[in-house]
Amino acid sequence: MFHLRRGLVAALALSLPALAACTDNSAGGADGSGSGAGSDGTVQVTSRDDACELSTDTAPSGNLVFTVKNEGSKVTEFYLYDEDGTRIVGEVENIGPGLSRDLVVRAAPGSYVTACKPGMTGDGIRADFTVTDSGADVSASDAARQLERNATDQYADYVRDEVDELLDGTRAFVAAYQAGRDDKARALYPQVRVHWERVEPVAESFGDLDPRMDLREADLAEGQEWTGWHLLEKDLWPPRDYQPLTDQERQKYGDQLVADTEELHERTRTLSYTVDQIGNGAKELLDEVATGKVTGEEEIWSHTDLWDFQVNVDGAQAGFEALEPLVERKDPELEETLDDRFEALQDLLGEYRTDVGFVSYTALSEEEVKELSDAVNALSEPLSQLTATVTL
Amino acid sequence: MTGEGRPREGLSRRGLLGLVGAGTAVGAAGFVGGFETADATGAAATAPRSYPFYARDRGGHQAGIVTPAQDRLHFAAFDVTTDSREALVDLLRTWTRAAARMAQGRPVGGDRPQPDVAPPADTGEALGLPASQLTLTFGFGPGLFEDADGTDRFGLAARRPAALRELPHFPADQLDPARSGGDLCVQACADDPQVAVHAIRNLSRLAFGVASLRWSQLGFGRTSSTSTAQQTPRNLFGFKDGTANLKAERTAEVDRHVWVAPGDDPRAGWLAGGSYLVARRINMHIETWDRTSLREQEALVGRERAHGAPLSGGSEFTPPDFSVTGSDGQPLIPMDAHVRLAHPSRNHGVQILRRGYNFTDGNDPLGRLDAGLFFIAYVRDPDRQYIPMQTKLSQQDGLMEYLQHTGSGIFAVPPAAQRGGFVGEGLFT
Repeated sequence: MFHLRRGLVAALALSLPALAACTDNSAGGADGSGSGAGSDGTVQVTSRDDACELSTDTAPSGNLVFTVKNEGSKVTEFYLYDEDGTRIVGEVENIGPGLSRDLVVRAAPGSYVTACKPGMTGDGIRADFTVTDSGADVSASDAARQLERNATDQYADYVRDEVDELLDGTRAFVAAYQAGRDDKARALYPQVRVHWERVEPVAESFGDLDPRMDLREADLAEGQEWTGWHLLEKDLWPPRDYQPLTDQERQKYGDQLVADTEELHERTRTLSYTVDQIGNGAKELLDEVATGKVTGEEEIWSHTDLWDFQVNVDGAQAGFEALEPLVERKDPELEETLDDRFEALQDLLGEYRTDVGFVSYTALSEEEVKELSDAVNALSEPLSQLTATVTL
Repeated sequence: MTGEGRPREGLSRRGLLGLVGAGTAVGAAGFVGGFETADATGAAATAPRSYPFYARDRGGHQAGIVTPAQDRLHFAAFDVTTDSREALVDLLRTWTRAAARMAQGRPVGGDRPQPDVAPPADTGEALGLPASQLTLTFGFGPGLFEDADGTDRFGLAARRPAALRELPHFPADQLDPARSGGDLCVQACADDPQVAVHAIRNLSRLAFGVASLRWSQLGFGRTSSTSTAQQTPRNLFGFKDGTANLKAERTAEVDRHVWVAPGDDPRAGWLAGGSYLVARRINMHIETWDRTSLREQEALVGRERAHGAPLSGGSEFTPPDFSVTGSDGQPLIPMDAHVRLAHPSRNHGVQILRRGYNFTDGNDPLGRLDAGLFFIAYVRDPDRQYIPMQTKLSQQDGLMEYLQHTGSGIFAVPPAAQRGGFVGEGLFT
């Protein structure tokens, strides 16, 4: 299980944007695959405002490192394209003046086109580049590409299903809340939140919706209006000396939560995801668990943290399972480790299940919290290698 | 199984220099060699810049024991969280490779550029820093062999060293379970605290899923010298500490009191060339100490403060004479003085190798410094050396009025790994 990191050293990367930018098509991820033997070839690239100099125009197939130094005055990018100069084989973006970044790719023998893009516009300063056959197995694979497509399709379906459930549930929850049926609203709260937490990284990618819907009181800036789930949570589980919301306020904030959820629903209908987004999303879900749920900081009024914990893990697992065939192909050891550790964490969580969900966070002993935290760490560390594994 | 650079790792300049002093298989002979070949810069630099992690010979000693005590400490104890012996061995292999790299001042995971869609293999805060004399010393706690219910967790119970048992309760102990025990320990010592913390952080990270950090302790200044080339430092009582400590150069004494010899323990032949590590977090009530007259402070310690000379006279390294009395007929070194009670002549000739550090962990809510001595001792046999000595000190030492033991651990420290092997390999093969 500790071979993960080792695999990585031999493996390669692209510079890819994080989940923040959900795209409308599933371009992006490098679809080169296969196992390449190591090559020592590091190509020095100097990008200037009017020039793109490479230390060599040929390199042996296998692992290639382009060390791109920006000696110009504008932000630059470096691309490796296929022979036609259209399909991106690898890219490294956002290299500020004076900075140096590495592009690591696994390249098969053939003709390529390199390009520096000072100013990040236009076709860039292009040149031909040749990769000679070193005997390393770096064949791109149609099968791997199909696995990627399957993964992204499966995950998009999953998100759509969850957001469907979220919208239905939110309407029911808000209806009960606005009607003053607080017991029912309290019962629905954790059940509906499940669907939010499962797709949280997707929701978070909408920088306007997420704070309106999911901000905790402690996260508020001075003077910022508090809306969304946690405002209603506090109103349903009021602390002492709390001034309850009026009926009008209940109407207003309830309606807004429904409207925001409808907006989220609308926006996620046509979204698709790249494998790196799915991989990073899974990792982020576990980060949520490690920093918020395992410490009991998320649901400070309702103490339903273990519900969120469970569904964050479920969401991460859904991402992993979508990618699993791809992971199995590229790094079977990582696939096995992640499979084992998801199972171990799910088993441990299962010990805290009750008829209606989970025990309250406040019922956990320090030892139990530590045990849960250990299991989260055990999973999160290899999970942080998922994105690199599926994109390389 | 390659990649992180098993025997592949080339010798850096530093590594080569360190290697000259490698393999302190017999006493400290090798380590003296290290001095002579040190890549010293400046008059103060007398030690090599890096110490090799691997021993040249089977049964060689781990670094960080007789190595001249570095200035900084980060000590960590881990609970093993897996049931899998294979995973445990895998961790020790991974730790060994990472430790060998870090001891040379090189990053964990390799020197080549790594993909930026993956988290960096090394956490990065030691990039650009020298090795800073980093040593990483690994040990095994009693719980690795049997858990509290007596379960043989990894098939190791039959090879458990006889003396590797939880320490007895000593009078006045106030041990915090959250600062005590552990199945594995790592002592990271370096002359730069960032380097020591970097090492523990990265080893902890590599352990996720197999072992989890149970407690750790930072030490900011050494309180012992383990070499005659070092000055005797002071503890937070303001006194020189460890004047009479075992010194690496006295190899016969070190062999007799520190290293487990072949045949010491028939069940634990794997421990030959190793040692036992006793760790004690000893809080000092420094506010009350500071209100104590110099005369009383010196009487409690048994030495004068300015130079560390015994109250019976002479200079720092003059042996104390416990028979000398003053005009009132009372001994100049009082009967409950620390130096008297801890002296080998009062302990059947027993000595220990101390390697402790001063610590401060902020303060308590009453504004008192949470400070003291993180005591580390290496001994050949805790049953004959540490336990009887501490039992006596806890009962009789006048200093105990100002001390409180708040953390405790005991670990069997195996011999060093050889290149291509892993630390503790002898226990598993």
